[in-house]
Amino acid sequence: MYSFNHQLPNSVAAASSALGSADDGKFLAGGMTLLPTMKQRLASPSDLIDLAGIGDLVGISDSGDGVVIKAMTTHAAVAGSSVVQAKIPALAALAGGIGDPAVRNRGTIGGSVANNDPAADYPAACLGLGATIVTNKREIGADDFFTGLFETALEEDEVITEVRFPAAQKAAYQKFENPASRYAIVGVFVAQTAGGARVAVTGASQDGVGRISEMEQALGGNWSADAVANIDVPADGLNTDIHASAAYRAHLVTTMAKRAIAAAG
Amino acid sequence: MSETGIGARVKRVEDQRFLTGKGNYTDDINRPNQTYAFILRSPHAHARITSLDASAAQASEGVVAVFTGKDIAAAEVGGLPCGWQIHNKDGSPMAEPPHPMLVADKVRHVGDQVAMVIAETRDQARDAAEKIVVEYETLAAVTATDAAIKDGAPQVHDEAALNTCYDWELGDKAATEEGFAKAAHVVKIDVVNNRIIPNAMEPRVALGDYDRSTGDYTLFTTSQNPHVIRLLMGAFVLQLPEHKLRVVAPDVGGGFGSKIFHYAEEALVTWAAGKLGRPIKWVSDRSEAFVTDAHGRDHRTHAELAIDGDGKFLALRVSTLANMGAYLSTFAPAIPTYLSATLLAGVYTTPAIYSEVRAVFTNTVPVDAVRGAGRPETSYLLERLVDRAAKQTGIDKTELRKRNFIQPEQMPYQTPVALQYDVGDYPAVFEAGLAAADYSGFEGRKAETESRGKLRGVGISTYIEACGIAPSAVAGALGARAGLYESAQVRVHPTGSVTLFTGSHSHGQGHETTFAQVVSDLLGVPFEAVVVSHGDTAKVQFGMGTYGSRSLAVGGAAIYKACEKIIDKATKIAAHILEAAEADIEFKDGNFTVAGTDKSMAFGEVALAAYVPHNFPHETLEPGLDENAFYDPLNFSYPSGCHICEVEVDPDTGVVEVAKFTAVDDIGRVVNPMIVEGQVHGGVVQGIGQALLEGCVYDDEGQLLTGSFMDYAMPRADNVPFFTVAQKSVMGASNPLEVKGVGEVGAIGSPPAIINAVVNALEPLGVEDVTMPATPMTVWQAIQDAQAR
Ligand SMILES: Cc1cc2nc3c(=O)[nH]c(=O)nc-3n(C[C@H](O)[C@H](O)[C@H](O)COP(=O)(O)OP(=O)(O)OC[C@H]3O[C@@H](n4cnc5c(N)ncnc54)[C@H](O)[C@@H]3O)c2cc1C
Repeated sequence: MYSFNHQLPNSVAAASSALGSADDGKFLAGGMTLLPTMKQRLASPSDLIDLAGIGDLVGISDSGDGVVIKAMTTHAAVAGSSVVQAKIPALAALAGGIGDPAVRNRGTIGGSVANNDPAADYPAACLGLGATIVTNKREIGADDFFTGLFETALEEDEVITEVRFPAAQKAAYQKFENPASRYAIVGVFVAQTAGGARVAVTGASQDGVGRISEMEQALGGNWSADAVANIDVPADGLNTDIHASAAYRAHLVTTMAKRAIAAAG
Repeated sequence: MSETGIGARVKRVEDQRFLTGKGNYTDDINRPNQTYAFILRSPHAHARITSLDASAAQASEGVVAVFTGKDIAAAEVGGLPCGWQIHNKDGSPMAEPPHPMLVADKVRHVGDQVAMVIAETRDQARDAAEKIVVEYETLAAVTATDAAIKDGAPQVHDEAALNTCYDWELGDKAATEEGFAKAAHVVKIDVVNNRIIPNAMEPRVALGDYDRSTGDYTLFTTSQNPHVIRLLMGAFVLQLPEHKLRVVAPDVGGGFGSKIFHYAEEALVTWAAGKLGRPIKWVSDRSEAFVTDAHGRDHRTHAELAIDGDGKFLALRVSTLANMGAYLSTFAPAIPTYLSATLLAGVYTTPAIYSEVRAVFTNTVPVDAVRGAGRPETSYLLERLVDRAAKQTGIDKTELRKRNFIQPEQMPYQTPVALQYDVGDYPAVFEAGLAAADYSGFEGRKAETESRGKLRGVGISTYIEACGIAPSAVAGALGARAGLYESAQVRVHPTGSVTLFTGSHSHGQGHETTFAQVVSDLLGVPFEAVVVSHGDTAKVQFGMGTYGSRSLAVGGAAIYKACEKIIDKATKIAAHILEAAEADIEFKDGNFTVAGTDKSMAFGEVALAAYVPHNFPHETLEPGLDENAFYDPLNFSYPSGCHICEVEVDPDTGVVEVAKFTAVDDIGRVVNPMIVEGQVHGGVVQGIGQALLEGCVYDDEGQLLTGSFMDYAMPRADNVPFFTVAQKSVMGASNPLEVKGVGEVGAIGSPPAIINAVVNALEPLGVEDVTMPATPMTVWQAIQDAQAR
């Protein structure tokens, strides 16, 4: 790790302006992604703007038609939240399946969404449920937020403050884990929402998290695993690595989609 | 049996300190005025160093010194030695290219050490290392054994044509051919024993210290055998005599073989400490461990088994390509040869066996012993082959094994591949295994699994291995450059408490408990009155260390001998004081008694008398009670066992789950059943790791793709079932404690049982073979390929 300045602002506005005036600043949330990168000297920010000093950024609330999760809320808090468990049990279960206890007790939803790791879980939930990512500047729909591998619509000094998830009639997430990292090789989030069926896939595509419209259409008329069983996802454009070929991933997308639909009931 | 003696389930005394953070690991040790070393490593697998400019690093803040390959070449130091010499079929010695502490001309694997920066802090050393400008001319790399021996393959060393280290053979080729000529069936198999990365929990650390006032060097290091390091580093690398060099291996957090070997960093920090007159600490981080700790296995084998019309094995021929990596690590040449091919008889009466091994250099991390070392390769090959033979001949896999077992009345049994098994009862162990696994209930469990849409398979492995390495005369005749005895010293203190100094080294095995049990049992002193000291050449007289499941079979035997000497001496003292003839003194339960009388002395009273010798006849009776012994084994010891695994396979995803695992092992006498069970659990977990999860992958450029836990899958608690572990002990092993060794049985016996189970589960889908690690994609692909045929 190279040396850096540590700043602990107590408001979102102060955090944003601290980042604006830093040479090469980075927000620090749970540090589960950022700190290992710095330890390996792959990143060397001049300043870490630590969001831990902002009390406003933690908490979960019931919004009536869904849940609102503040950016600095940990995965463990989401997994254990009675509000999330009641309103969107699939989301609580997803959070409970991220990493290991240490990661879940440090890592945050804001950090995960901002980082948009192509194998991360939360982006699938955001897309699958049609969440809204709220920042200090604006509200961004999930469909516009995730723009590519580790890429989002966020501007440099933009702070995610909360994520709003509408509840779905039915929803479930099925994750096929990488045997080593336990990130998603393929993760499929399905939801039956007021606006129709949504199917979001993480881990599989070279473009990062995305939706599968063919499956969504099929589910629109017939919410059942059988409806997607014969939809073959093309292997073209899917990731290939030592753990999973594109063909295997393509097969897993359909398999996990079927299982998610069955689990959603 | 007492509550703490041999056979008792005593809780590990060392765990209190490990579990409360009070362990004293190498990185916990700091010396006054200490500096820190960072090793600059090659990012390329194969490249010529065309220039190296360290001037900016020299001038960097906090830097004390920078050393490069040129400095090492100019210094009066040797390269890292290899401890075992193998000979080619034609009698010529193996190719043994130099292995310098820092390379000057050419790097040969990613992670090869290029320069060492020493600074006041670790970060300063690392910052400075980034300022070293190295220009490389990259060369084509070769990482796979089969590619390495092709004409035109990149040459790793000029000294080794076609990258061949040796081309070795064992066994009677003509007799083997005769067997094949008579065969009713010939069963063939190709297996790859996957390369694994050991990943002990504690990464390696080395701290070198030099005392200007005395000229004494001290190396604190994460080693399984400090005396061996002292010998190798002192005699071969740094030319330092033993009395000027102390090596300390304090608490060590796991080794699994990877901490047997002498590594460059140990010699570098010791050498440079002398140059600079300041202590130097080097700590490997995890990423560095992946590319510098010796890897294991990486064998490709083709084998053929000749079988007669009754299902009796007639002959076996085996041809193996073994990866040595870029340089010869300390014991590397012995692994595929004398630790592997010598066990090709397995537990079977195969009368003729011929084996050849070609060892090759590649642009990869050196490969050496990892838990099991050579024996897992053989058990995997044989037990996969036997299962295939069962299928091909149509004889049930249990029946085929039974027909070929060596019978207990054939003991001692001379195999056709050099070893002589002393005792064993393979049919009895097998029956015990089948019973413990409820083998006959398998079909019922299979039906239940199938009702859930999954497949279930059962796999058996009836393995044997050789532990207790090794009779020095045998080892020497086979090319070992060291003896393989062990030493112990039993020091009885005046009040009767005892310090045992052992040349074995505990890095997870629990010696501080088991060895104390042995001493307490033999001397009749309380368990709490015995303390075990190990890991310091300044305290322990000598030792060959811990590996190859040798600690109790060889180290324990030395302890036994030393205790015998203590009892002899104490008997003399008791006889003198009780005014009786020595022959009339009986020693039992810690008391020396004149036979047939009530005249008696407790062990503690004798000890006190030994140190307060007010009326000793000094011509015939020395004061003191302190004895040492060196024990050289008469034979190897031969644990064997039956491992039975049941797996469930999800045919949609290829996920394999170990549903049931039973290990019944014959490890001879059990000193502490709890520790034995723990050793079996750990070994089986590593076997599950190798069989299902752990696969080291290099790309064509020689970059390690599995260079972190993000890509290298270690087994975790949820990958393993609850185990059924039992012992079926056959006594009579060729050592005084009649122990056989348990450290490796789990890693040796389990992989073939697991893969046989996977293949068995997939049989209905037409799958005939699955390679290790049987990851979900591997299994899914095997299913796809079978369906496409
Ligand atoms: C061992 C391990 C296993 C893991 N397994 C999984 C897994 O299975 N599934 C999974 O999804 N993830 C996994 N993760 C990642 C984990 O979920 C992290 O929590 C997450 O990726 C980043 O969150 P963080 O709070 O730690 O963010 P940090 O590491 O602190 O920050 C990450 C990035 O987000 C930015 N950032 C953080 N907060 C905000 C904000 N409020 N507004 C704007 N930008 C912000 C930072 O500047 C930084 O660039 C794993 C991580 C580890 C170490």
